[in-house]
Amino acid sequence: MLKKTLQAFAAVILIWTGAAAPAMADAARDNLKIVGSSTVYPFATVVAEQFGKTSGFKTPVIESTGSGGGFKLFCAGVGVEHPDITNASRRIKPSEMDTCAANGVNEIVEVKIGYDGIVLANSRKAPPLKLTRRDMYLALARQVPDPSGAQKVVPNPYKTWKEINPALPASKIEVLGPPPTSGTRDAFVELVMEHGAESYDWIKALKKSDEKQFKAISQTVREDGAYIEAGENDNLIVQKLEANPKAAGIFGFSFLDQNVDKIQGAVVENVSPTFEAIADGSYPVSRPLFFYIKKAHVGRIPGIAEYVKEFSSEKAWGPDGYLADKGLIPMPDAERKQMAADVARMKTLAKDALK
Amino acid sequence: MNNGKPKTIEIVQRSLVRRYRAERRFRRMGLGAIVLSLVFLGFLFASIVGNGYTALFQTQVQLDISFDPETFATGELANADYPRLIKEALYKAFPQVTARGERRALTGLVSSGAAFQLRQMVLADRSLIGTRRSIWLPADDDVDMLVKGHLSRQAGRLSEAQLAWIGQLQSQGKLAKHFNWTLFTAGDSREPELAGILGAVVGSFYTLLVTLALSFPLGVATAVYLEEFAPRSRWTDLIEVNINNLAAVPSIVFGLLGLAVFLGAFGMPRSAPVVGGMVLTLMTLPTIIIASRAALQAVPPSIRDAALGVGASKMQMILHHVLPLALPGMLTGTIIGMARALGETAPLLMIGMVAFIVDIPGGFTDPATVLPVQIYLWADSPERAFVERTAAATLALLAFLIVMNGLAVVLRRRFERRW
Repeated sequence: MLKKTLQAFAAVILIWTGAAAPAMADAARDNLKIVGSSTVYPFATVVAEQFGKTSGFKTPVIESTGSGGGFKLFCAGVGVEHPDITNASRRIKPSEMDTCAANGVNEIVEVKIGYDGIVLANSRKAPPLKLTRRDMYLALARQVPDPSGAQKVVPNPYKTWKEINPALPASKIEVLGPPPTSGTRDAFVELVMEHGAESYDWIKALKKSDEKQFKAISQTVREDGAYIEAGENDNLIVQKLEANPKAAGIFGFSFLDQNVDKIQGAVVENVSPTFEAIADGSYPVSRPLFFYIKKAHVGRIPGIAEYVKEFSSEKAWGPDGYLADKGLIPMPDAERKQMAADVARMKTLAKDALK
Repeated sequence: MNNGKPKTIEIVQRSLVRRYRAERRFRRMGLGAIVLSLVFLGFLFASIVGNGYTALFQTQVQLDISFDPETFATGELANADYPRLIKEALYKAFPQVTARGERRALTGLVSSGAAFQLRQMVLADRSLIGTRRSIWLPADDDVDMLVKGHLSRQAGRLSEAQLAWIGQLQSQGKLAKHFNWTLFTAGDSREPELAGILGAVVGSFYTLLVTLALSFPLGVATAVYLEEFAPRSRWTDLIEVNINNLAAVPSIVFGLLGLAVFLGAFGMPRSAPVVGGMVLTLMTLPTIIIASRAALQAVPPSIRDAALGVGASKMQMILHHVLPLALPGMLTGTIIGMARALGETAPLLMIGMVAFIVDIPGGFTDPATVLPVQIYLWADSPERAFVERTAAATLALLAFLIVMNGLAVVLRRRFERRW
């Protein structure tokens, strides 16, 4: 028994040292490291997989960290331990570029890959919703303009959709949506809530005179139970909508696209969220998606240029490409061509371009 | 003598019925709790199995592929136009389809991974070139979902024409469900029909190997020292309390520690099983130490006294007598700790093991993910077909856990000695 025990110990220690030794030598990487937005993740992973299968390079490793988390990792420095590319469902902020520059990441290439629509959807068992952005703002903001018409805000008094707009059903306002950490939530607030608030002239005037007050009015989502934070898992929201036909949910277009037999998108300002309507810009709630390349790594980490080439090829991001099948809305032809040309020469992003 | 006061025996008898009833109620409540938890467990298993078993089969399409030598004329077998072979075969099977848009819809019935399957076949066997073969190729995930009844015909995911083609293939016997080997032999993929759990299983294996190699020796050595050598003082008490506290720390905290120390200070690679294993070691260590100490305490002092009495040194006493007797208990604790580590995702989130990784890891420093992370990632994917695959991967994870816990039970039964 003793001998066996000792042998087992020896074997264990052997494996242990064997495992630890290569870890100490953090040699050059031969696979791409990509981080960033969970919205871009489903598209980036498809490209990565195609790239890995067809190019002979290793398949890139992609982490879904959220846009902000992605920039934090991306801007931490230059070297094999830092990621090469970060995905984002919004543009990089000037403050993030400053962080990058402070850590030696000076040359960044910006690639816009297409658009993503944000939809408010409900179960097919219920009648479809026809809304304006103002309706959505009134339904979901914590403070709304006084219904009596006075130029002041009151805590949101609306309980049913009908109270907001007589044309809407008399059902309770119940919206499942992403938590504040989500890029989809940021985009929803910016594209719907803010826009809806600005439809009141006196609130729009506040934007210039008292920005803090403006933000409080336009960007705060109500917390009295009408808006339910349903976590980052959009599949879960779809399932909950199916179980509760009275509720509506907020998520990215690709989830609507995959579940068209269960849910239907709300018509916003007379436009339904269809692939075509988002592509030609007539559906109002859509946002561009990006990824950013660390130029200092191009040539040092094998495969960056080739991966970017795959991503910016027509068979990937074109109107008939495989990304469109996954729900990415392509850019117009001219913009796509221009972007592909810029990317091919690795045109770096100037801070002035961010305004 | 009778002064109106009830006798003690009468009081007892009067209350007896009530006490019996309370007794029965108490017992039934306990039984009820067990039944309720069994119902929940049954419900959980039924829903996972019900959702997951269909993933064991994958719809495939039989196509007559002619390996046209012209396609391979360029000489580079790896980069030949394999999708064209499939398109040609489909066009031949449906000669009435000629419009460009319709042809696109037709090729959409077959998985984009089918071309890679042909590529692998040709690379493995050059003699295929120039021949005609009837080959089963994976169908697209929407077709798969339709055939399995998870997608209604009115869904709009498939066009009328596509539904008609599917019907035609089915009536010809060229569209059928086959066992889904891909699920067990492939790494992750964004196409549900090509996705498998092997990459995650291998990742879990490497991670747990590191965890075992680190936590078992460290845990046992700590337990032996604390139990057999350490003097009882304020210091050892403090250590003891801290070990017990450590066992109750939420696992995400260990992930943060791993991020700060292993990745930050030591500069170890992200997404690597070696780091994952080290983080999980921190998590399982307290469990192993506590179990090992309990096992050592269960060895009666008379064994130690007898060994010392016949002249054994303290080290001989521990290595020859105490450790072998305590080992089954230690191993049981270790296996239970490892089973917990197998199901853990939270600490791995911080060190980059929650990632899309297609290649199957070949070592301790290759990027890898683990089985529960794979489940999490699939649960988050928009494609409908991932729902059943999520459940199937959960079944695989449950199978591993049951095997490990079963092993712990067997070890305890066979080797544990009672005094």
